[in-house]
Amino acid sequence: MNIPEDIKYTKNHEWIKIDGEKAVVGITEYAQGELGDVVFVEVETEGEELEKGEAFGTIEAVKTVSDLFMPASGTVLEFNAKLEDEPELINSDPYGDGWLIKIKIKNNDSDNLLDPDQYKSMIES
Amino acid sequence: MMKNTAFTEIHKELGAKMVEFAGYLMPVEYSGINNEHRNVREKLGVFDVSHMGEIEVNGAKALGFLQYVTSNDVSVLTEGKIQYSCFPNGKGGIVDDLLVYYMDKDKYLLVLNASNLEKDWNWLLSQGNKFGLKEGKELINRSDETAQLAVQGPKALDAMQKLTDENVKDMKFYTHKTIEFAGIKDVLFSTTGYTGAGGCEIYVRNEEGRKLWDAVMSAGAEFGIIPVGLGARDTLRLEMAYCLYGNDINDETSPIEAGLGWITKFTKDKDFIDRELLLKHKEEGVSKRLKAFVMKERGIPRQHYEVINKDGERIGEVTSGTMSPMMKQGIGMAYLNKGYWETGTEIMIRIRNKTLKAEVVGMPIYKSL
Repeated sequence: MNIPEDIKYTKNHEWIKIDGEKAVVGITEYAQGELGDVVFVEVETEGEELEKGEAFGTIEAVKTVSDLFMPASGTVLEFNAKLEDEPELINSDPYGDGWLIKIKIKNNDSDNLLDPDQYKSMIES
Repeated sequence: MMKNTAFTEIHKELGAKMVEFAGYLMPVEYSGINNEHRNVREKLGVFDVSHMGEIEVNGAKALGFLQYVTSNDVSVLTEGKIQYSCFPNGKGGIVDDLLVYYMDKDKYLLVLNASNLEKDWNWLLSQGNKFGLKEGKELINRSDETAQLAVQGPKALDAMQKLTDENVKDMKFYTHKTIEFAGIKDVLFSTTGYTGAGGCEIYVRNEEGRKLWDAVMSAGAEFGIIPVGLGARDTLRLEMAYCLYGNDINDETSPIEAGLGWITKFTKDKDFIDRELLLKHKEEGVSKRLKAFVMKERGIPRQHYEVINKDGERIGEVTSGTMSPMMKQGIGMAYLNKGYWETGTEIMIRIRNKTLKAEVVGMPIYKSL
């Protein structure tokens, strides 16, 4: 199971790569495996300021519809437009080309974020 | 307590994602639903469909009984022929849809949905009483002894031809033969399937399951065979707009409403359950009909989503929906009110907080050319 070392994770199986005030958000390899083929992603909150834990969009697999949650409070800057025509990038490259959104972080309270080791323990339990 | 099929261990060995379905532990996917779906459309795939039910109807009264409990005309079946049909439930609804195989003059085989097997068996026993049919003699449930694989796709019959000396490659659609196959005797081989991709369904005794699987995978290897789960089985049938019991038909939908008038025959020697009611449906018309549609805006329709018209009025409900792996657009089936049945009619589907445009289309939804 691929769990990159240079990013943080949430209990909802999202990853967040923080670079100063900005961050990139996606879902983990474990999450895409559990979901199965991603067939549709919808994010219509570009420009909106959302709280940590609020839904910023939805992701659909063949059989399921799930909400996507903000790992940190902030403004949704950009949705990965490639996912409109190629939602399967989330399955094939969840940490790279399958990124979901870029955000501007409002406040740096990262007590909900897990280290790679903590995330690894969580999915192995 | 979940039941295993003859192939459950094989699915686990292959690392399939397993799920409980109709009391059985079944494979949903092995390598990804979309990948499996496309492989069936382009090459071939093998499905474990052992959960389906098989019931024998025997004796001199078999034909008369089946003419009574099924909607289709059983008398047209002759040696080697099969027909799609349904059991009307006496209240304008459907007990189950099924296949009827003519095996011999006084012998028919019914193949039924796993999810309805207990209901179907009880229904046949109680209706069979009226004809003096006895359990274990005229009505025999073979489901627990029978393993079944479906091999579907344009290359399926070519691959399966390698496993028998009998000609299966040139068999007509909806016919069957009992042959020696893969070194196994008395194998029921039929050119039926739930994918619209061509191919066959193969019935053996449970003990022969493993041998059949290995032979099928080996013969199919050069053609690119892969195992396919229930996930792709559903997306494949939906592209064809084939009904799924529980979604598109149930105990409250009439065959006429469901677009199954073509398997409802009002011939003279068919005094079947709900004949009068269904004749009325046919002659006077019905108020809602099952139609296929495609999304014209990005979104995935799903069971129970509302269908509305341009004025925001509710005009129906989605029964099945998915993202078509071949067409890469949302597709589905829905019961629609009168006035919205014509191909090309614009309808709207309420998907979460939006109403998205869709269009009524003919069937099958996916047309390969």
